[in-house]
Amino acid sequence: MTTNPLDADRPPEPERRGRRRRGGGSGRRDESVLVPDASFQSYYGHRIVKPAPWKGDIAAYLFLGGLAAGSGLIAAGGAAAGYPALRRVGRVASVGAVALGGVALARDLGKPSRALNMMRTVKLTSPMSVGSWILAAFGGFSGAALVSELGASLVDRQSRVGTVLRVVDPPLAVGSALFSAPLAAYTAVLLADTASPTWHESYRELPWVFVSSANLAASGLALVAAPVEQTGPARRLAAISAVVEVLAFERMQRTMGSTLSEPLHHGRAGAFVTASKVLTVGGALGGVLFGRNRAAAVASGLALMAGSVCTRFGVFEAGIESAKDPRYTVGPQKERLERRRAAGATDDSITTSR
Amino acid sequence: MGFWTNQLSGPTDPAVDAAWESREPRKGFFTDTSICIGCKACEVACKEWNAIPEDGLSLLGASYDNTGALGASTWRHVAFIEQTSERIEQARESGRRLVDLGMPSLRTSGASDPVTAGVGPAAAPPGTDPVADRAAAVAQADAAQALGTVPDFRWLMASDVCKHCTHAGCLDVCPTGALFRTEFGTVVVQDDVCNGCGYCVAACPFGVIERREGDETVKNVGVAQKCTLCYDRLRDDQTPACAQACPTTSIKFGDLDEMRALASERVTTLHDNGYTEARLYGADPHDGVGGTGSVFLLLDEPEVYGLPPDPRVTTADLPDMFRKAGFAGVAMLAMAAVSFLGRRR
Repeated sequence: MTTNPLDADRPPEPERRGRRRRGGGSGRRDESVLVPDASFQSYYGHRIVKPAPWKGDIAAYLFLGGLAAGSGLIAAGGAAAGYPALRRVGRVASVGAVALGGVALARDLGKPSRALNMMRTVKLTSPMSVGSWILAAFGGFSGAALVSELGASLVDRQSRVGTVLRVVDPPLAVGSALFSAPLAAYTAVLLADTASPTWHESYRELPWVFVSSANLAASGLALVAAPVEQTGPARRLAAISAVVEVLAFERMQRTMGSTLSEPLHHGRAGAFVTASKVLTVGGALGGVLFGRNRAAAVASGLALMAGSVCTRFGVFEAGIESAKDPRYTVGPQKERLERRRAAGATDDSITTSR
Repeated sequence: MGFWTNQLSGPTDPAVDAAWESREPRKGFFTDTSICIGCKACEVACKEWNAIPEDGLSLLGASYDNTGALGASTWRHVAFIEQTSERIEQARESGRRLVDLGMPSLRTSGASDPVTAGVGPAAAPPGTDPVADRAAAVAQADAAQALGTVPDFRWLMASDVCKHCTHAGCLDVCPTGALFRTEFGTVVVQDDVCNGCGYCVAACPFGVIERREGDETVKNVGVAQKCTLCYDRLRDDQTPACAQACPTTSIKFGDLDEMRALASERVTTLHDNGYTEARLYGADPHDGVGGTGSVFLLLDEPEVYGLPPDPRVTTADLPDMFRKAGFAGVAMLAMAAVSFLGRRR
């Protein structure tokens, strides 16, 4: 803007919408006061990286995949340690959650008719490709385990079919247990392997949060659906996982730093995270203290599952928000660039003087 | 250089890594924003040639920029920035700081290094006489410095485009193989393979690729779309549409080695002229994405143009991510085991 003596007679111009060029500042800025902003500049406040075009379906899948994985583990544990109710509940839940999760994933695609293109290749650099294969393998094992479960209740144990089922059942339980851990953990890598600042920087601890959350959801469902005499392992699993999740979440925020953990405390994401803490801790305590009362077990179980839903939606929304505001992209990048320059590194910057 | 080194970060030749047998030189752009006049011919030529659908006709109130940003249906985007003398001084200062840092002291690598070989004054394109140009430039610089003040206003205009990174996050994370590396070292989406999962959108450190929205009448709706560096034209030895249309040669196209050399020469000329704010973006193969296939000459900090100041391809950390997830997975099994091994009630 050029100035001339007549400008003194001109009233200050109010700022137009969308003219905010200096990010990090408050909404409106009087253009007649041109104070350089010390923090950083942005292009009209536009985002730099794009948020994932994913909707609630994907957050729901994060929960369902975790529920399936945890249930697969509980089913295998129940089969091995002799808790038939846990085994049955776990098998039904894992298959149901995998099926619902698969539907959620396909619904979110831009071209749902091409969902099977996920199986077109095996690509280790793509957590989504790796995850598709993990999901398929887990689905296969737990589906077969469910068939075995149903078959065993329909046919005579001494018949030939019954013998076959008794032989194949343990390997199926082991298979679904072995694929349950990758199924619960890969979704953390899926989110972290993006340019969304809060997701990427959470990669050290997010897998711990997600596997604990998977255990919590599954043990919650077991508390709801299985008779209290058999839910002892589920209650213990809930207690251990709640402790791990709370600790991992705290540590995650500390490693990310105050700027990048900010989206976890604001807006809808912040509400989800707070709710998840209350529900998880409350559900775990309820399960441990009053788990032998049927009504209390159901209430605790529901709280644990709701807590897991909130954890997933909180982390999901926080990452999307962190991509939308250029502050979270530019600020931490400039800081790390300055740190490297201060340490004397002059040959690894994208901006060069020659 | 062994095949397994620098597959996720660092300098490398991406077309060779993608196992192309026919060796084409890596192609790229050099976008010299100092001579961009903001005519948007590149945007129009790109839309015309690639038959990209309309994606909004609104006034954005962002200077002359009514395009907004790169996206599924915008593969060239001209940014407009209005700056006062204060900002120009700051840009000049930050540029001077870069010069003082002496960046980049290009690592001394063997002449066999396919990436850094050929970068430098020796690789100046035939037909130009750098010595005579330099003398003229110095004379101009002296004249400019004698006049000597910072203007009270300037426009920055810059035509942004897909960076065709050496280590492309979008390509790495694509689960279907729809994104691929061409023989020219560029990154292209196969419209008929992409299932619209949207992972590439979140993975791009520059916010370039996007899933196309719209109703069923829109071409390639629901599919990830971005600049192809006119792959169809390249295969017929043609120049990409944007570079062909650019009236000021602000967008230059050619072998990437040549583009980097041109860029290096141009920034030196501008520095000699007293424009210390000039700097290159994407010319360093040691940066977080292994160098870009689109090199830019900027006149201010990258974030002023909406570019990330220190992008890093997310998959550079992927081995560590899988390792950490592996530990967590084992911990999950252990948690379950402990729960079931506990005393029976």
